[in-house]
Amino acid sequence: MSREHALDDWYPVADTVLPQIRATRLLDTDLSVAWDGETASVTGPDGTAYPAEIRFDHVWTCLGPAPRPLFGIEEADQPGRRRVPCGGVRVRCSPLRAVENFLDIAHFPYVHTGILGAEPHTEVFPYEVKIREEVDEVWATKVSFYQPQAAKSAGGATDIRYEYRVPHPMAAVLYKTCPPRPSEWDVIAIFVQPVSETVCIAWPWMALFDDTSSQAELVQFQQEIFLQDRSILENQIPAGLPLDPRMEIPTRADLTSVAYRRWLKRRGALYGALTEAE
Amino acid sequence: MTPTLYTHVLDAECYKVRLLAALLGLPLDCVAVDSYPGEETRSEAFLALAPAGTLPVLEAGGLVLCGAPAILTWLAATGDVTEGWMPQDPAPRAQMQMWLGFSQRLSATAGAARLEAMFDMPAPEGALAAAEACLRELELHLAIRAVDDGAWLVGDHPCIADIACFADVALCPDAGLLHDEFPFLRHWLYRLRALPGFLPMPGIHPLHELRAG
Ligand SMILES: [Fe+2]
Repeated sequence: MSREHALDDWYPVADTVLPQIRATRLLDTDLSVAWDGETASVTGPDGTAYPAEIRFDHVWTCLGPAPRPLFGIEEADQPGRRRVPCGGVRVRCSPLRAVENFLDIAHFPYVHTGILGAEPHTEVFPYEVKIREEVDEVWATKVSFYQPQAAKSAGGATDIRYEYRVPHPMAAVLYKTCPPRPSEWDVIAIFVQPVSETVCIAWPWMALFDDTSSQAELVQFQQEIFLQDRSILENQIPAGLPLDPRMEIPTRADLTSVAYRRWLKRRGALYGALTEAE
Repeated sequence: MTPTLYTHVLDAECYKVRLLAALLGLPLDCVAVDSYPGEETRSEAFLALAPAGTLPVLEAGGLVLCGAPAILTWLAATGDVTEGWMPQDPAPRAQMQMWLGFSQRLSATAGAARLEAMFDMPAPEGALAAAEACLRELELHLAIRAVDDGAWLVGDHPCIADIACFADVALCPDAGLLHDEFPFLRHWLYRLRALPGFLPMPGIHPLHELRAG
């Protein structure tokens, strides 16, 4: 549904970790992506050349005639930060569900036990959610949560502060207390490549202050967390994300999700969504 | 001296080693290798250590061992005081070896299908169907074992072949291959998860989550 609206957004189709030629699929269209370490090209099955943009260590492309501007992340170029592209992970779920799961705090103690949460510390404290009209983004602020191992760089359990930002229907950025530098945020994002309405590739990415962990340790810390989500995402029914208010059961922890769904609907970003109770 | 294990957190072969070490209570120094997405297993430094360019690799003193079956064998031989994990009598010992061989078939089929489903790494054609055939074979074996009240692949104690087969079987749902049709397999997976010291990994939940539903 509404593939047309989705066509004018930019999406990641490869990372730039290593030179490669990659056959992939975006919005039900087969693509060939070539990255030689300096430049990238994206080509369709009929030879159509699509625009290719390198941002946040990924190759992004847009298949539509009128690309909306791609959002920025200031911290990406901040000196001293380690940028960590974590590779793509294919998931049989709606691209919107992958974003929604990333925004959900309540599942931490149950799914990321011992890392991002632990029983009995399951309470989600009140926080603020709004749609920032001037930038047309969903923001959740003043989120705080008890975490046993918030980051690779965290020495032990701490209360961690969070801010969530949704700048794109299929991307979300998380700002979270940086254990070695309490005045800065660690930045963790998820960029989602919609393969179809029910299959996506998630590209987790981070920009962190951490002088001690190896790149492999940072990547695997994040991969482990995302793979814990994967099996849950694949078992969600229905595969699409319901946008009809009658299909939602809002709880306080769900505020971000409610705002995200409303924002999608208002925007007309319905690729991967279900708009009627079925 | 604590052995060093070169490992990747999502790799089923590496998980076999970490699982047995956890069950035996043996410490390992784990070194993360960026096999995905960094292809560090193809780097010169890694190939010098392990010419096949695959994980896991275990280093202990001057000894370097590549591949889960060899490392499991060494861990059990050096670290298992009960000798339950590696039967010594000729028949069960050879049967264990047979199931270690079977675990390689599982990894070439179910393991490959999982890597394709998750990371787009191309699997051999028909890998998923071949994986399903492996599950049927294992299901039949466990059904026959159950007639004699045998819960494990060989004898009355889990052996290293149980561990070697467990990882890929338990992770099949990652490739969309479910356990629903295999009641004996499910029972065997459950028993393994219930062992003291069991170590979960993404896609293999600890037992309390199973109980919660
Ligand atoms: Fe999660």
